[in-house]
Formats: sequence, structure tokens, C-alpha cells
Amino acid sequence: MSFVQVIFYLFAVMMLVAALRVITVRNPVHAALFLVLTFICTSVLWLMLEAEFLAIVLVLVYVGAVMVLFLFVVMLLNINIESLREGFVQYVPVGILIALALFVQMIIIVGPNHFGLQDSVLTIGPNYFAQKNFAYPAPAAAEYSNTEMLGRAIFTDYLYPFEIAAVILLVAIIAAISLALRKRTDTKRQNPAQQIQVRKQDRLRIVKMEAEE
Amino acid sequence: MNGFDSNELILLIPEIFVLATACLILVIDLFLSEQHRNVTFYLTQLSLFFTFLLTLELPSDTVLYAFNSSFILDTMAIVLKCAVYVVTAGAFCYARPYLKQIDLHKGEFYVLGLFAMLGMMVLISANHLLVLYLGLELMSLSLYTLVALNRDSAQSTEAAMKYFVLGAIASGMLLYGISILYGISGSLDIPLVADSVTHSLFDRIVLLFALSFIVVGVAFKLGAVPFHMWVPDVYQGAPTAVTVFVGSAPKIAAFAMAMRLLVGTLGDLHAEWQGMLIVLAVLSLGLGNVVAIAQSNIKRMLAYSTIGHIGFILMGVLSGTAAGFSAAMFYSIVYALMTLGAFGVVILMSRAGFEAENLDDYKGLNEKHPWFAFMMLVFMFSLAGVPPLVGFHAKLAVLRAVLEVDLVWLAIVAVLFSVVGAFYYLRIIKLMYFDSAESELLIDKPLDMKVALSLNGLLVLGLGIMPGVLMGWCFSAFA
Repeated sequence: MSFVQVIFYLFAVMMLVAALRVITVRNPVHAALFLVLTFICTSVLWLMLEAEFLAIVLVLVYVGAVMVLFLFVVMLLNINIESLREGFVQYVPVGILIALALFVQMIIIVGPNHFGLQDSVLTIGPNYFAQKNFAYPAPAAAEYSNTEMLGRAIFTDYLYPFEIAAVILLVAIIAAISLALRKRTDTKRQNPAQQIQVRKQDRLRIVKMEAEE
Repeated sequence: MNGFDSNELILLIPEIFVLATACLILVIDLFLSEQHRNVTFYLTQLSLFFTFLLTLELPSDTVLYAFNSSFILDTMAIVLKCAVYVVTAGAFCYARPYLKQIDLHKGEFYVLGLFAMLGMMVLISANHLLVLYLGLELMSLSLYTLVALNRDSAQSTEAAMKYFVLGAIASGMLLYGISILYGISGSLDIPLVADSVTHSLFDRIVLLFALSFIVVGVAFKLGAVPFHMWVPDVYQGAPTAVTVFVGSAPKIAAFAMAMRLLVGTLGDLHAEWQGMLIVLAVLSLGLGNVVAIAQSNIKRMLAYSTIGHIGFILMGVLSGTAAGFSAAMFYSIVYALMTLGAFGVVILMSRAGFEAENLDDYKGLNEKHPWFAFMMLVFMFSLAGVPPLVGFHAKLAVLRAVLEVDLVWLAIVAVLFSVVGAFYYLRIIKLMYFDSAESELLIDKPLDMKVALSLNGLLVLGLGIMPGVLMGWCFSAFA
């Protein structure tokens, strides 16, 4: 086994164990931390695929930002895990059965039988799809910039999907605000601007009264 | 890497216009006070009208591509997009008075509705699997939010949650299928994938594995049995103003998605997916029509009737002939118009604090409001497939297409379940015409909604008498 393979299997196994722990561990904070470990292992695997930019982004965005927010939410909300686990045992046998069937199918179909590697040169072109097995991709040259190629692809070939993804993000913002923003009327918050603009007739009422004798 | 030709942008003018106006309306709405909220509604309708005109200006006789052929503009795309605009405009018309009476008349409804419509347009014109997926997500995400818009209602929130989780699973299935197709072909371009499926040296089983995931994803989005669980809960739980939108226009987009994926991408596997769709169609026809009988809530009943009608649309697609595709296309457009009208009547009958959800609420409608009872009669007869209404022609076209490919037993099953289904449509007509009213049945809706509903009913009637025009468009899409 080559060094690269050792690294691959090490991180792949670590990733699977961590992913399994995310759904089996009882404490939600621990689950979130295991998810962080899963992401880090994934990013190592991406590094090995020479997708450096994506690997760094995964760590920066998911581990650095998203998971921190996630932890905040988990710690701020008092989620009752036991009530969420109700009915879990009831569905376990069916779940295991389906998962097992899917797993076997995946090994047979997506495994090396059909998508294995072979030691010939990869031909890109009209015959690409006529190959049954796939050749090892040639390693990129030293001056190859992953980030640059990604940027090029996004802003040329994938410009249209990129714009649609931007619209989806806009919809997500509108959705989050319209579902979560509540104007509370019962708070005693002061608004200085309104306080300054107050006029005499807003507050004072002069009542004419008969003079008492 | 091909160069980018800015002339191609002209083909996307309707999409760009909808996006721009949606953003504009979003900003304008912020500066409107509560009593001027109608301005948002009028602006939305105006933008739909101009989008319609812009789409009509596009050349419809040739197939055109843009953005490295990830965008396709063919006759099917133009006809379906125009149908989506009309149905969306109608849904907004019906939604406004209802939203006002439940104190939910917010600009976000129209903005999210426009974004959902943009997602449908992207989906209809997708010629790239990634674009197709993104269009689907844009549509679904907006719809989930619309269902949850009444956030103080536990029922709506539950419906939105179910819709969201099941929708996410469906998207996951679809993506997994697409990822295997990418592994087979090394491309996401629909024509390239279709080409590599035809010439693939992979074992058939790999293609079938991808196909089964894609069929599951499509069936989830269409709401075909056994992937229909979300349909009744979402239809019933959502505010009726949202149900009228969720139940109509997205079906047209879902039909386009099924066509692009099954026929456009995996057309070579027709023999395989025909069997899968037969199972889905028979189950949908059976369960939809039989369970609808047991419902006393009209929204839930219409949800089960949707499932039955999806069976018919699937029958048209599975025939695999041009006649079948155009019949299914005709069916999906007509179905959207009929459901729109049926939910429109449900909204018309409701008033503040009264939902008109129960079948008994329609008792004696003819005595009080004969015109709207007649409209409901038109929609119900059309949904049941009674000639000379348009629903009859839709069913007839699908049955004829199925008979042409020698699936006589399937046609017989469909007819039998349609007869079963006629029962619950006729029951509403019986309640309206032969029972006496229990309550006063007040209608307090503004004139524009009454006019829109009348036009909707007359359209269903008119298309039934003269189905040739729409049928001709549908046929030219696959000629």
C-alpha cells in the first residue's frame, strides 16, 4: 500500500466513524463536534483529489462559520433529545433493512465492478463515454491553479447555474426573515427619535372645567 | 469552453424580467404602508402580464439554446411557461381577498410567488441537469416558505415541515440518480447524457440504478402513489390562498421536469421506465380516487383527486409516443386550470372566521348564488371528465394514446377508477343543487376575484367546446 493509500484509508475510516457518531451520540454538542471532525476528514480527502480550494473553503465556511452557529443554536435552545427519540426503536428494523439493501446495491453497482480504475490513459473526447472503466487521472502540473480553474468554470460554463444559485440564496434570506422576524409590541423599548418628535398636543389635554363655587 | 454570446440573453428576457421585477417589488413593498398593500398586488399582476407579452415575442418555431446549451427554448417551453403565467395570475387574484381576511396580506406572498414561478420557468427550460435541479430547488424553497407563511398556525407549520423534509429526501434521491448519470457520461448536459446512455458500454443495471432514483425523485415531486404522503397534509394544512397556488402551477413544472428527465435524458430506457410508471399510475389512480370518497374536508378531497389526476398524466408520459406526450401536456395544463377554479370557489365561499372547508358548507349554494354554483358545477364536471367540458378531452386524449401502444388493460383500469372518482365530484353538485342551505352563505369577495373566477370557469367551458387551439399547441410541441 502506498503512502497516499494509507492516508486515504486513515481519513476515510475516521470520517465514517465520525459520521456514525453524529447520529448515535446522545449529547447534541458532541454530535456537532463529530460533524466538525467529519468535515475536516472530508476536506483532507478533497486535498488528495487536488481540489485545494474546495478543501480550504469547506474548513473555513463549514467548520469555521456554519458549525459555530450550529453549536450556538444547540447550546441556546434547550432541546429535549429523549422526546425526539420516541419511536426510534420502532422504526429501527425497517431502517436497517432498507439501509442494508441500499448498501449492497451500492457496492455491486457503484463499486469497482463498474466504476473501477484501469492503468490506461484517460481519453477525453467523443469516446469518453464508451469506456467502461476509468483511467487514473493524470496529476495536474505544478503551475496549475485550482482556484483559477474553478473561477473560470463558474463564470463561463456555469454562469447560468451560478446566477440561479444566487437567486436561491436571496429566496432563503427572504424566507428566513419573513418566517422569523417578529415585531414585538409588548417590549418597553424606547425610540429617541419618536420621543423628540413628540408635540404638546399629543400628550397634553386641556379640559375646560366649570369653576367651582 | 465556448465563448459567451450576449445575443443569447434575449432568449432569457422573460426570466430576467421576472427576477428584476421580483426584486423591485420586494423593495417597493418595504416602503408601502399597510393600507397600500394592494399596490404590491397590482404591480405583481402587471409584471406577470408583461412577462406573458415578452414570452409571446420569442420565436417559437425553432429550438434555440443559450448559455452553452444549458438553456433550451422550444415550443413546449413557451406553451408551458405561458400556462404557468396565466395560472399564477389567477392564483394571486384568488389569494388576495383570502389573505386579507386572515390578516396575512403581506408583500412576501407575492414576491415568493414570483420567485417560485421563476423556478418553474428555469425548470421548464432546463437543458442541463444542474440547472434543472437548481430550478426545482428555487421553486420548492419558495413553496415551502409560502406554506409556512401563516406561522402562528400549528397546522400550517406542520404541513410546511412535512413538505420540506419529504421534498429534501426527494431532492436527495434525484441528485443521487443524477450523480450516477454523471459518472456514466462525464457530463451534465442533457443531450450529452442522453447520447452516452444510448452508446454506453456500462451494464444495463447501472443505468437502471440511476433510473430508479430519478423516477423516485420525479414521483415524489408529482405526488404519485406511493410517494404521495405529503400531498393531503400540505393541501389541507396550508392557507387556502397558498394551496390554490401550490396545487396548480407547480404541476405544470413537474410535468416538464418528468419530460426533460425521463424522455429527454433517459429516453433510451423507455421500456424500463414504462413499467415503473405503469405501477405508479395504477396505484395513483386507485388510491387517489378511492380515498377521496372518504374525505369530508374539501381541500383534502381535492388533494386526493390530484393524486388520481397525476395517474392520468403519468399514463400519457409512459405511452412514449408524441401523441402521449402532447396528451399529458394538455392534461397538466387543463388540470392546473380546473384545480385553480375549484380552490377559487373554496376561497370565494370562505369569510373571516369561516373556512368553507367542509363539504356540507356547500349545501344549497344554487339557491343563493346560482352563478357561482354553476361555476363549481363546471369545475367538478370537468374534473370528473364529463363532456363537453375540457377535462373530458384531456382524459380522452390520454386514453387514446395509451390504446395506441396496446395497453388496453391500463385504459380500462383508468376508466373504471374515473367512474369511481366521478362519485365524489357529483356529490358536491348534489349538495349544491339538491340540498337546502343550512347557513346564509354570504359572499364578501371583491369584484376582481368574481370576474377572474367567472373567466376561469368560462375558459374551462370554452376550451371544452373548442379544445383544438390548445391541443394544437400541445401537438406542435412534439411534432
